[in-house]
Amino acid sequence: MLLHVHNVSKSFGGLQALNDVSFELPEGQILGLIGPNGAGKTTLFNVINCVYPPTTGRVTFRGADVTGKKPYDVSRMGMARTHQIVRPLSELTVRENVMVGACYGGNGHRLREAARIADEVLAFIGLGERADQLAGSLNVAQKKRLELARALAARPQLLLLDEVLAGLNPSEVGAMVETIRHIRDTGVTIIMIEHLMHALMKLADYVLVLEFGQLIASGTPEEVTSNPAVIEAYLGDPKLAEGLMDSA
Amino acid sequence: MNPGFLLAYLIDGLLIGFVYGIAAMGLTLIWGVMNVINLAHGPMIALGMFGVYLLYVNASINPYLALLIVGAIGLGGGFMIYWIAIHRVINAPHLSTLLATFAVNMIIVGLGTAIFSTSPYTMDFSLGSLRFGMVTIQGTRIVAALAAMLVTGGLYLFLYRTATGKYVRAVANNRAAAELMGIPSARILALSFGLGTLLAMVSGGLIATFFPFTILSGGTYELKSFVIGVLGGLGNPLGALAGGLILGLFEGIIPALVPNTWVPVFEFLLFVLILLVRPTGLFGAKR
Amino acid sequence: MKDQQQSSVALPLPAGRAAHALGVWRNPGLWLVLAVVGLAGAYPIITNQAAIREAIFTILLSIALASSLNILLGYTGYVSFGHVVFFGLGGYLGMYLLSSGVSLPVAVLAGGMIAGLLAFLLGSAILRLRGAYFALATIGINEAMRTFISNFGPFGGPTGISLNFAVYKPYGGAAQALWLTYYSLLILTLVAIVLSFQIKHSKFGLGLRAIREDEDAAEVMGVVTPRAKTWAYVLSAIIPGMAGVLFFFKNGNIEPLDAFRLHFSIELLVMVMLGGQGTVLGPVLGAAGYQQLRGFLLTNPTFKDYQLVLAGALLLLIVLFIPAGAIGWLRSRFPRLRRVLP
Repeated sequence: MLLHVHNVSKSFGGLQALNDVSFELPEGQILGLIGPNGAGKTTLFNVINCVYPPTTGRVTFRGADVTGKKPYDVSRMGMARTHQIVRPLSELTVRENVMVGACYGGNGHRLREAARIADEVLAFIGLGERADQLAGSLNVAQKKRLELARALAARPQLLLLDEVLAGLNPSEVGAMVETIRHIRDTGVTIIMIEHLMHALMKLADYVLVLEFGQLIASGTPEEVTSNPAVIEAYLGDPKLAEGLMDSA
Repeated sequence: MNPGFLLAYLIDGLLIGFVYGIAAMGLTLIWGVMNVINLAHGPMIALGMFGVYLLYVNASINPYLALLIVGAIGLGGGFMIYWIAIHRVINAPHLSTLLATFAVNMIIVGLGTAIFSTSPYTMDFSLGSLRFGMVTIQGTRIVAALAAMLVTGGLYLFLYRTATGKYVRAVANNRAAAELMGIPSARILALSFGLGTLLAMVSGGLIATFFPFTILSGGTYELKSFVIGVLGGLGNPLGALAGGLILGLFEGIIPALVPNTWVPVFEFLLFVLILLVRPTGLFGAKR
Repeated sequence: MKDQQQSSVALPLPAGRAAHALGVWRNPGLWLVLAVVGLAGAYPIITNQAAIREAIFTILLSIALASSLNILLGYTGYVSFGHVVFFGLGGYLGMYLLSSGVSLPVAVLAGGMIAGLLAFLLGSAILRLRGAYFALATIGINEAMRTFISNFGPFGGPTGISLNFAVYKPYGGAAQALWLTYYSLLILTLVAIVLSFQIKHSKFGLGLRAIREDEDAAEVMGVVTPRAKTWAYVLSAIIPGMAGVLFFFKNGNIEPLDAFRLHFSIELLVMVMLGGQGTVLGPVLGAAGYQQLRGFLLTNPTFKDYQLVLAGALLLLIVLFIPAGAIGWLRSRFPRLRRVLP
């Protein structure tokens, strides 16, 4: 098992964001994480990524207990993530952004090697010609790709993708799905938070469903989308329910 | 240590603490509403001192009445400073507003030095003193504390009982949301800045009634305001008042225990300690 | 048409870290800056003029200090209002050692070391604070240090430490000592510039700049932020510590008010902003420009009294309209010049 989440709960003052969430993630899998808005998906990512510790529970990554560690610790162990709201390093160039990922990720490359990796990754992700542009000058879709490139340059073993398909038009979605599949084929394990159900259906091997911080269902995409509890959870969110219906 | 002296120091410190509290309130209000540390705070205090002094000496206006004029100048001045120096960089990183307000500081101190030089001024003003047994307290201190309490009350009434005051609190709480509700946030920010400088000038005017001062004195009180602001919790006006009282007491007691020159050392160590251990202050900061 | 390469890595170089460090010397921008400062610094030596030497000394000092501050401010994004504390503390320890008969080189090193030590100890504590809170903490520390040393017997309390003329004897007398400190400062300034450049083009520097842009994102990407920030702080403190010893040795006397002048810290900030924070050339130009302006204003009868006002107005204009400073603006306007304007 690459990742083990044991009975993780997280509360912020009076608000219980995660309630006794547990799951195991084997290597090479694409795990989908879905749920209505506010279900705690990004919070779960933040706990796994050590942005903050869980209130109770443990997280084990690559056999080591990483509960209470810092994001840079797990990054060095081979975990990378993208953010739902992109966070580019605006005054640095696109290449420099990706180099940060390469230099400080799991492999800790030197600058020159990092530059080479950055150019490779940028070419792969389609931002090659923009390598010398300032990251702040990109549009949102490009920034999302930059975010992904940065994570990839770290050559992670576990990649956490937070709504990487949001805001993309259908052809862009198709391209990104292919890219993600490609990434998995190179040996990276992926957890994806997504709302685009039809894309998730194509990619995910296994899906977890969160609602109000609790795991209400898990299984293959087909199992999950026909689960009555899941459908009910989403009915509170009409747009998502549509998406759900579309793919069922 | 003569208990009479100690008590006198304590009461003195407490009374002066009220005035410090007003000064700190000016600083903390601006921080609370717009996340700006006003480095021009010191010169505004100094301007208040000079304002009251000049009105008293040249126009024979009672200092406490002069405060009204000085306060109005503070309000208008702050309003202008906001529009000229701050509005453009209000959303920029902190460094920009820090430097912008510092630039204003330099300009005011520069002009002030050119006009008044750095010599000390004293207001020949006394209200006699009151005796309580062994303890003698100067009248000016008592009135200053009372004036400070009045000002605090006035501020409270403004913030909590008027519509504009509510707008100020709304903008302080969430500027974007306030704008969405139709509150003219830029004007409210300017007003809030003006209020902050008003408080600074009034506190300066009060200090002038019992201490000598120079154009550079503002700096000392600005530093005290930082200490108090952090102590009470930046953004928390009542915390500022409480912090002012605490600092006043502190300044009253410490000289009884160690030589006077050590007082600032303890003040600054306290400052750094609070920042490290409890940056939200004793009473809770905003943000 | 491909844009000129702007990232720090350009030419194919032999492998290895040492080679990369050496590779930094291939950059024309660095040579340009070193040449300009070196020539300006050499001028008084060549012409053997003490008066000009004094003027250039002040400028060199400002360049060294501003460049050091830039490591913390420009590269890492942490605003320090109390940077002068390292200058003062280093100066004090140096003067104390000098008055006890220690030689100048040792005193200078000691000054640098104690400044670095202070930065290391403080760093872990106050670098946890962000933005304005950090700035306030640096002010608090400077003021605490100043008031403490005013009360500290061994360092002379409020009257400070004065050097006896005998101290200058081993250096050939006071006049010779002045030249000696000048050469030393010139070398120190050049070192400061090289250090600044090296950091900016290193992996460490990349991490710092990531912290400046978005500290939380940098952490997620693996930058060990507490360590990086502390090292940035230490590196920014060493040269001011050493420069402090040189300055006060030349001065013959050190007092708390001179050593820990908050205003000087602010002037350093202005210099970095004026020239362009986060660039190597920026602090150099900013320091030189500011000192020239200040000198001009102070000696000009019309402006003498208004020196502070004009400096303040200038600062305001920069902050409002050209926050990237002179070099920053040039680099964004003319990207092709970037290699020459580091």
